[in-house]
Amino acid sequence: MRIGCPVCGDRDAHEFTYQGDGSRTTPPLDADQDQWFAHVYERTNPMGRHTECWLHTGGCRAVLIVERDTVTHEIFSVRLAGAQAAIHDEEAGQ
Amino acid sequence: MALRTSRAGAWVRCGSVGEACSSPDHANGNGGVIRTASIFLMFLRKILYYHHICELWIIVVRGGDEALILTDRYSVLSLLGEALRGNRGWKRAWRAAEPKPQYDVVIVGGGGHGLATAYYLAREHGLHRVAVVERGWIGGGNVGRNTTIVRSNYLLPENSRFYEKGMTLWEQLSRDLNFNVMFSQRGTLNLAHTPGQMDGYARRGNAMRLEGIDAELLGREEVRKMVPDMDYSDQARFPIAGGLLQPRAGTARHDAVAWGFARAADRLGVDIIENCEVTGFIRSGERITGVETTRGRIHAGKVGVAVAGSTSEVMRRAGIERLPIESHVLQAFVSEPLKPLIDTVITFGAGHLYISQSDKGGLVFGGDIDGYNSWAQRGNMPVHEDVISSAVTLFPNLARVRLLRNWGGIMDMSMDGSPIITPGPLPGMYLNSGWCYGGFKATPASGWCFAWTIARDAPHDLNAAFTLDRFAKGRVLDEKGVGPAPELH
Repeated sequence: MRIGCPVCGDRDAHEFTYQGDGSRTTPPLDADQDQWFAHVYERTNPMGRHTECWLHTGGCRAVLIVERDTVTHEIFSVRLAGAQAAIHDEEAGQ
Repeated sequence: MALRTSRAGAWVRCGSVGEACSSPDHANGNGGVIRTASIFLMFLRKILYYHHICELWIIVVRGGDEALILTDRYSVLSLLGEALRGNRGWKRAWRAAEPKPQYDVVIVGGGGHGLATAYYLAREHGLHRVAVVERGWIGGGNVGRNTTIVRSNYLLPENSRFYEKGMTLWEQLSRDLNFNVMFSQRGTLNLAHTPGQMDGYARRGNAMRLEGIDAELLGREEVRKMVPDMDYSDQARFPIAGGLLQPRAGTARHDAVAWGFARAADRLGVDIIENCEVTGFIRSGERITGVETTRGRIHAGKVGVAVAGSTSEVMRRAGIERLPIESHVLQAFVSEPLKPLIDTVITFGAGHLYISQSDKGGLVFGGDIDGYNSWAQRGNMPVHEDVISSAVTLFPNLARVRLLRNWGGIMDMSMDGSPIITPGPLPGMYLNSGWCYGGFKATPASGWCFAWTIARDAPHDLNAAFTLDRFAKGRVLDEKGVGPAPELH
């Protein structure tokens, strides 16, 4: 399996550390128990297209949001997560 | 009785023919060797002749209808009898059952756990109108994809009690099922490589002993005496400090476990329906009252789901979108057959590796899951490299051994590494899941507890802690204390 890192290019999955479901969003700190429970413990765990986080441990150390098929391991899209994405876009613009 | 008479008759007739043929040797009195040879020949003729007579008997007298005299129970006598008649009379291990429209209980998933559940429902709770529906074939899922290890060396009392129940069931299983599951109590040895790990194992061993489970803490020399082929040199990257041994642990033949439970359940009236995928659930209001399958609708008083790695997708068909489960792929490996090298089960403490040797001589081993959500029953190369390098680190003499085959299975990784056996989450439904990669050893205990839970609508004491709501209530059973990260359990 190879992941195309937007910063470093196409690299072996060996270089990356999996960080789980990337479709989750952290609830606000004052959110109720149920919201926090859902965030920490519950997963949709789809068979097929899955959005997930990968940390490029052996490269730029950026967190990537990867869309991957969990059956075929085909990767549909890779982008930088959150604030990093904005910084990357800005630098690319300069 | 008719068969017995016929066999006796056949022996008499064979005997008379054999004696006539061997008479010349007797006459010239040439002594022992010829005499022995002639007796042997006579015996051989008797067997061959007996075999033919039996066949003739079946064909002529019974009109070729072998079904009436099929051998069912396995024993030394039936084995011998069948050997003599060319193994033509064995009864099918389980019927190819057609789905009926209604059952008391339908179990979704014909793996080890599903079959064991059906067996214990029939045996312990008197429920005989039970069906097991399986998408593929019996033995094609995780029950045929594991590394066959059976143990109960857990730290937390909820886990150790449950797995120890399993161990006592394993010890009787071949007799209970009338099927040799080849349970071999060759021991499981967890290696320690640091003083800290030795302390950890002392703690775990003491916890086990407090639950009445056998555990022995071994020093380096005791480990060396037990398994002399590991790397004890000064150059060892991870020197062996000692280990925790559970002598009653060991291995069982995984296919035999599936076949044995299937056959025993079948004999108690359970319908095992293969090639029958559950596509949906029948509801009456909130209550689940059956399953929609590729072979039609099947109504049921209760529906149990025991589908391991497929839990999330099957439950989605019942409208449950989110569960504390992730599906991950775990690989296992078998080497080419070798002469006896490892007569126990060894786990490496400085990486993740468990290794044993099958009766055929192949080294059976595995390590970590691949570490990312996967529904593919195959893995990737980084884990090959990791597992194999651990094996060679531990046993340098394996460096040139060739790998024969490897495969992957989909694990239902729970958020705390412990299983879920519970009524619900919907009325009329029961869930058995979250086995991570420890499901095989749990097969009988899981079936036993799940059957109890289904039959009585409440968990047994042994699985009372394995609820689905324990995550929300903060009563997680995190054996390793790694938190809600399924890829780390």
